[in-house]
Amino acid sequence: MASTGWAGQRGGRVRSDCWVQVELQESGGVTVELQSKVAGMFGDRIVEAVVQGCASLGVTNAKVTVEDKGALPFTIAARLETAVRRSGHEVAAPLLLPMNKKDASVSAPDRLRRSRLYLPGNEPKFYVNAGLHYPDGIILDLEDSVAPAEKDAARCLVRNALRAVDFYGAERMVRINQGSQGIEDLDWVVPHGVHLILIPKVEEPAQVVEVDRRIQEILAKSGQSGVVHLMPIIESALGAWQAYEIGKASPKVVGLAIGLEDYTADIGAQRTLAGTESFWARAQVLNGARAAGVQPIDTVFSDVTDMVGLRESVREAKGLGFVGKGCIHPRQINEVHEAFAPDEAEIDKATRIVLAFEQAEAKGLGVVSLGSKMIDAPVVKRAVALVEQAILVGKLSEQWRDELSGDMPGARRGGKMNEKGGV
Amino acid sequence: MAKLVKNAAGRMVPVAINENAATPYAGVGKYVPTGRKVGTLIRSAADYPSDGDKRTETIKQALINAGLKDGMTISTHHHLRNGDYVANAVFAAAAELGVKDLRWFPSASFPCHAGMIEHMENGVIHHIEGSMNGPLGDYCTAGKMRGMAVLRSHGGRYQAVQDGEVHIDIAVIAAPTADPFGNATGDRGPTACGLLGFALADSEYADHVIAVTDNLVPFPCVPWQIQGNNVDQVVVMDSIGDASKIISGTTQITKSPDRLLIAELTARFCDEAGIVQNGFSFQAGAGGTALSFALFLRDMMRERKIKARFVRGGSTQYLVDMLEEGLTDYILDGQTFDLEGVRSMRENSGHVNTSPFTSYNWHGKGNFASMLDAVVLGATEVDVNFNANVVTHSDGRLLHGIGGWQNCLASKCTILPIPSFRDRIPVVVDSVTTLCGPGELVDVIVTERGIAINPLRRDLLERLQGSSLPIRPIGEIKAEVEDICGGAAAKPDLSDEVVAAIKWVDGTVIDCVRQIR
Repeated sequence: MASTGWAGQRGGRVRSDCWVQVELQESGGVTVELQSKVAGMFGDRIVEAVVQGCASLGVTNAKVTVEDKGALPFTIAARLETAVRRSGHEVAAPLLLPMNKKDASVSAPDRLRRSRLYLPGNEPKFYVNAGLHYPDGIILDLEDSVAPAEKDAARCLVRNALRAVDFYGAERMVRINQGSQGIEDLDWVVPHGVHLILIPKVEEPAQVVEVDRRIQEILAKSGQSGVVHLMPIIESALGAWQAYEIGKASPKVVGLAIGLEDYTADIGAQRTLAGTESFWARAQVLNGARAAGVQPIDTVFSDVTDMVGLRESVREAKGLGFVGKGCIHPRQINEVHEAFAPDEAEIDKATRIVLAFEQAEAKGLGVVSLGSKMIDAPVVKRAVALVEQAILVGKLSEQWRDELSGDMPGARRGGKMNEKGGV
Repeated sequence: MAKLVKNAAGRMVPVAINENAATPYAGVGKYVPTGRKVGTLIRSAADYPSDGDKRTETIKQALINAGLKDGMTISTHHHLRNGDYVANAVFAAAAELGVKDLRWFPSASFPCHAGMIEHMENGVIHHIEGSMNGPLGDYCTAGKMRGMAVLRSHGGRYQAVQDGEVHIDIAVIAAPTADPFGNATGDRGPTACGLLGFALADSEYADHVIAVTDNLVPFPCVPWQIQGNNVDQVVVMDSIGDASKIISGTTQITKSPDRLLIAELTARFCDEAGIVQNGFSFQAGAGGTALSFALFLRDMMRERKIKARFVRGGSTQYLVDMLEEGLTDYILDGQTFDLEGVRSMRENSGHVNTSPFTSYNWHGKGNFASMLDAVVLGATEVDVNFNANVVTHSDGRLLHGIGGWQNCLASKCTILPIPSFRDRIPVVVDSVTTLCGPGELVDVIVTERGIAINPLRRDLLERLQGSSLPIRPIGEIKAEVEDICGGAAAKPDLSDEVVAAIKWVDGTVIDCVRQIR
């Protein structure tokens, strides 16, 4: 019987994490040996948290060693719980932190998803400040960024982060693992305030259905209402081929994302900067998503130092019809938002279309025209959406009608500048 | 145990430092000393070699010639930063001579000076008056130094020399290039460091001045930063320092997204506060966040074709680029942090070397610091009343010198861009561990969680009303950070023993550092 378990990170370069070892004992109660760079300032509280944590987990006799590098309480709790579980002890109850009440953000099927910031699931140091960069969504990743031996530790940490960390209004997303491991991941995140699940390597609609069904079971069991949205990631030829069916697999699907690293490997091509090898797949996913009525989301841009390249890449994606891009570094977020934002010419045209439409409506005219051109209904709809987005990102004043009808050339920029996208 | 009195900031401070009476801090601008500055000994040119050759073979011989004896004060300077060999060589020679109880009066100390601990252990050095970092800081806060340390700002060091608070017996100036007469410069030579401004007061006021160089040139050394007419002896040694360590370790742009966010918010604040306009001035030191701030500012200036009248260094390659690109008329430089700064100072007449006298001195007829439109400074802690700490860590250990920090608080807008917490330790606190800067002089705190404007600056609050920047009361930021960190940090366990006095820019005692139990 294993009676010792450990979890977390140790060593000189580690920060905002800790290493916890639990040695189960026959008697003697819980003793804690602490080494911490904040010992003088938080030592008592760390020891107390460990002792109370052990009690909640049902550990009555153990020698606990903690090497702390300034870990926050949600991390210490996660490392302790994982170490206890790894020791072979069956926990009495999971060590749950109270839900953070400040981050009461809710999700919506059609909310902005221009940027999604990936955070490695087992690395706590990035968590608490991620939301300060105001991405539309934050992805706590249980899949590729987590080593196979650390999946259990990452689940526990991600669960605690979902409960305790304020993401400042970003949509809380989790990328689960593939297959049955991914289904098990759901137990750790669904009852704890996740907004959206990214399902990797989706090739068949049935994969989406299975995830959706399991989510409903968990929600029902925990007596929670609310919706957990789904975003399948297409990363293979077969997935791309079936993009539309995957997008329609469940009403919970709100977007289809494409992942190109695996896709290019799957079709036997090299990934190039120009991206001709993946053009078909991107167009296919885009059309599949639009046909299914969900958001088409583009892949990540992986060179974090190349801001010019990023901007071009987002412009190209926007030009194709994508509405979102993955981010692997917080500095990419603003660039992505700015590149997705409507430009001056677009806003100018859209506001004139909306005005023409409203005037035509007021006059009871069935046909909208701008200058000598007839305007179709879908064009009006698109212009309305664009105007709304321009207001949201601060590129257009909410009072633009007054300012424009007063023939003020400076109607734009009148809005309160908000680079954060208004959320 | 030292007798303590409560000063105007409410801090208990010693009434005497190493047996000399000390004046408690009375408030910003409240202490007005009178009388005359100290005079120096009358010299006669006849006592010096008429051929101008003042060379002496060794530092040891030079110290003997200078009349070194027990209890004297020796000053050195930190132009060579962590690559300095000269201070160590001076005290090694003093130890060989069997001298005891010296006071070391450096303009700053670095980890390379850890060997001074041995000199304190064996009695050669009695105590240090200057910055103390790393091992020296730990030695001091452990209460092991015999005398009380005194920490002063760069301007305060000049003040202490001028009003006689500190009398320097022997000043030893590391000179990257010098002639036999003693004219010296820092802007050239194999160990070039830029400028020698921190040694200016010492060269003028010390009883005896020794220039030490590894690059002797025939008279005249032109241009000179230190005048040979103030120098008694010139010593040539193989190397005065490790050139590779002269460059500051903190001149890399930060890659941390959170620090970049802080730098960007700082630049945007300056913009919205109306600071960034033609003819403005600013000072931002080395350190990742300050450098990144300068870059964000540069981009802003480029885009809007705005030109500064002057920027104050510590200069780096980034400030030099701005000068060469025409984004500023001048760099008024207090110290060069990299070799590009050294080159620019040598080659560009717009890159001007300054000293603590021009920039910071309290006993001057004004100084440059108060003319700056904005300065960007670091801090280890700030409290809810905007009081700031720059010398100790929250655990009570000394870890930084004051440098020009206190002097810069006089600027028109003092901004502290700092993370809201470090390693679970909140930076925004109820009360700072050590008070170095009075809150009334700190205008703005920029953290990644929001910008707090000092309520005393109603003009700034009004100007920023309706801004999209995250302007928040400082108490709100503090509460949020404590929520994240699991409460405020426990205060360090300190004894009543005072180990260091912290001087305000006018020479009064603003706070003190206590021994850690």
